[in-house]
Amino acid sequence: MTAQSSLNTQTGDTPLLQLKGVSKSFPGVKALDNVDLDVNAGEVHALLGENGAGKSTLMKVLAGIYHPDEGEIRIEGTPVRMQKPMDAKHMGVLLIHQELSLVPDLSVAENVFLGSLPKRSGLFVNNRELHERCGAILKRLNCRFKSNIPVKHLSVANQQMVEIARALVFTPKVVIFDEPTASLTDYEKVVLFEVIRELKSQGTGIVYISHRMDEIFELSDRITVLRDGQYRGTFATRDTDEEEVTKRMIGRDLESLAEVESPEPGERIIEVHQLGIEGEFRDISFDVHAGEVVGMYGLVGAGRTQVVETLFGIRKPERGTIRIRDELVHLSSPADAIEHGLALVPENRKEQGLVLGMNCRDNTSLPNLAEYTRMGWIDTAKETEVFERYQEQLQIKTPGWYQATLNLSGGNQQKVVIGKWLSTQPSVLILDEPTRGIDVGSKAEIHQLIRDLAKSGLAVIVVSSEMPEILTVSDRILALYNGTLTRVFKRAEITEDDLIRAITGQSADAASEPVASGA
Amino acid sequence: MKASLPMSNSSTVATDNRKRVLQFLGKHGILLAFLLCMMIFSLTTDRFLSTGNLLTVLMQVSILGTIALGVTFVVIGGNLDLSVGSLLSFATVLVVDLHDKVGPTQAIVLTIVFTLIIGAINGTLVGYLKLNSLIVTLGMLSAIQGITLIYTSGQNVDIQDQENTWFAFFGREAIFGIPVPAIIFIGLAIILQVVLLKTAFGRKVFAIGGNGVAAAFSGIYRNRMVFSTYLLSAFTTACAAIILGSRVMGSQNNVGQGYELQVLAGVILGGTSLLGGSGSIMRTVIGILILGFIQNGLLLLGYPYYAQWLVTWVVIILAVWLDIAAKRGRLLNDF
Ligand SMILES: Nc1ncnc2c1ncn2[C@@H]1O[C@H](COP(=O)(O)OP(=O)(O)OP(=O)(O)O)[C@@H](O)[C@H]1O
Ligand SMILES: [Mg+2]
Repeated sequence: MTAQSSLNTQTGDTPLLQLKGVSKSFPGVKALDNVDLDVNAGEVHALLGENGAGKSTLMKVLAGIYHPDEGEIRIEGTPVRMQKPMDAKHMGVLLIHQELSLVPDLSVAENVFLGSLPKRSGLFVNNRELHERCGAILKRLNCRFKSNIPVKHLSVANQQMVEIARALVFTPKVVIFDEPTASLTDYEKVVLFEVIRELKSQGTGIVYISHRMDEIFELSDRITVLRDGQYRGTFATRDTDEEEVTKRMIGRDLESLAEVESPEPGERIIEVHQLGIEGEFRDISFDVHAGEVVGMYGLVGAGRTQVVETLFGIRKPERGTIRIRDELVHLSSPADAIEHGLALVPENRKEQGLVLGMNCRDNTSLPNLAEYTRMGWIDTAKETEVFERYQEQLQIKTPGWYQATLNLSGGNQQKVVIGKWLSTQPSVLILDEPTRGIDVGSKAEIHQLIRDLAKSGLAVIVVSSEMPEILTVSDRILALYNGTLTRVFKRAEITEDDLIRAITGQSADAASEPVASGA
Repeated sequence: MKASLPMSNSSTVATDNRKRVLQFLGKHGILLAFLLCMMIFSLTTDRFLSTGNLLTVLMQVSILGTIALGVTFVVIGGNLDLSVGSLLSFATVLVVDLHDKVGPTQAIVLTIVFTLIIGAINGTLVGYLKLNSLIVTLGMLSAIQGITLIYTSGQNVDIQDQENTWFAFFGREAIFGIPVPAIIFIGLAIILQVVLLKTAFGRKVFAIGGNGVAAAFSGIYRNRMVFSTYLLSAFTTACAAIILGSRVMGSQNNVGQGYELQVLAGVILGGTSLLGGSGSIMRTVIGILILGFIQNGLLLLGYPYYAQWLVTWVVIILAVWLDIAAKRGRLLNDF
């Protein structure tokens, strides 16, 4: 038995945090079934499991958001009751949410200090102190935005950094990071890891949830695996390897992607010429052929999302042209784009991807309602059938089509968004961070699916911040830097070094387009 | 396996039970309230449960109810419509005044057209210009009142030959003993419930109210949809005006005063969320009936008619509180 449930680093000490026999059910789902977890002071404890395995639920129990049906929580050996999120906070447990939980209209500083705003004479917010302290925290995090702007104006990555900044306001005993890096690029990730190491050296216990194995093995001391809501063992990171924990987690060996042969590209489906929007991006020219996957890679702020949103009719291009099958088109709305066979799996599933209060089936048919409608009347049987087809194909874990997407785990929500857009049977499929929050097993399957879709004649554009993902799925890669296209790589000629140089604007290659500095 | 430690369980169970009760009340509270109010009034008065009285109530709420049907769509779409009160005055004055001038058919058609134009203005301002619906429709409330007063020069209007016009059909006649206003109300309710639940239009209204951005990303024209919901509420208001005009055969130029709040009360009482994205026509009907029964019951009990205003307010606060309480119960789970 590899599982060692009492592998205390400091022998004899009671663990900082102990969860014992925790169970929690939702209607139709047993999310947690008798789960144990303990975290020591100064330890990074990774929590691993497939989408819907119960990781976030367990952490919400710990943070007082859910009440467990059974089980016990001890902090420093004392049993505690968490009735509400405030209790957890007072006991020094801080949860950095998987889904952003910021107040969009409040400033960065107000969000960071929410619940502990510095006061003057106990009544008025001391704005000077607030912004000074917040500024210092942002500096530690290497964030380059001001503390007084509303968070709704920040990119998703920067919002995540704001969320993380909350961990530095006071020194909590336990900090839980629920997929903090899902929307960060390598640059911010390095900063985050420094923060985590610093917290760790101060004796904070850290629970770290991620679907990225490299991070888990870089950061953690121990790994606990959950599968279908059940405890599947705890491993010392140095005594185990990716293969073993993956197998524990998905119950089988991970299949690697069938070797990609770049097929002969078919007809040119979409051609973009000198596309530009002032202050966002300029001179973007590329094309995508049937059967081809084109990756778009760059840092946050490089303009990738803006480019694909423009293709999808969400933003209005100021310059340049878009042709679909050699026909000049003006896409002035997503409806136009859908009409022309485009589909966009957007960057932010909660805000752009799903109507959270609606059930899985209704979300799936939304972009394509006309297909299901006879004289205004919706054929619900057909809707159910289509959703269930994609549920099967994408392995969406839910009790049924009637479940509100609100109640799905993060990764399963993402799968519903992907299914929704596949169901429109597009000829150009654009995916913006398609596997954000998706577990390793499903990720490999989605990569395979993307390749298969291309093979069947779709033109696919994939935006991703993950280099391995981009390298795995793309036939060609567009490198973006600061709103310009710095270089186009063919699959055969890519090296990681060149790619990094291209997206940071240090294009050594004289043949590629010159990069204007500043702008 | 391990014995689970029930240490913190008792209190957890207690809060969970409380949560469950609140959720249940939030979900079905409206029906309970409905039954409760039927019971109280049938026990305390002997006329309440008579067919005659029930039909009277149905008849009395039909005007309010018909308007509420359209407003339900607006609210599910995430907006408010407070202009319906004075829109009702306007449309009633118009249909009554035009009846003698151009004949009943033309009067009806013209009234519907003019009412729809006002709905279209609301819809344009809120849908296309994205102005706040509260401000727009509150402004429209007083604007229309002004227009109505200008139109009538402050006079009341009425129909001269009240005995010999088929226009009386909408408000004064009955089919198989059921008053036509009630038939119109219930008929429209059934049609609109089907539209809401079974058609692409209804689905899209839910989508824009639930998450406008995601709806837009799915190719739904949010502006058009919002516009249509205002057209719909203008239309049902026109229908209500025709019933009212036909029943009274005349109109004061402020007959609809205060209707906007009563309508909203019925909608909220039915459990349609003011945040948009959820709601149902059937429940709005029940909400409206509750209001009607309360008002009727109070009259039967001999309270002065203005007592109903206070009681209505209390009922609304209760409904909103239950809605919020149920959401809080759920929120703990939904984070
Ligand atoms: N409020 C809820 N109501 C109903 N079911 C829920 C609720 N919250 C979670 N679930 C279900 O519980 C299970 C566990 O969900 P959880 O969010 O903990 O998964 P997770 O391990 O965090 O997955 P992911 O990696 O996708 O984030 C899922 O099947 C989910 O659908
Ligand atoms: Mg999760």
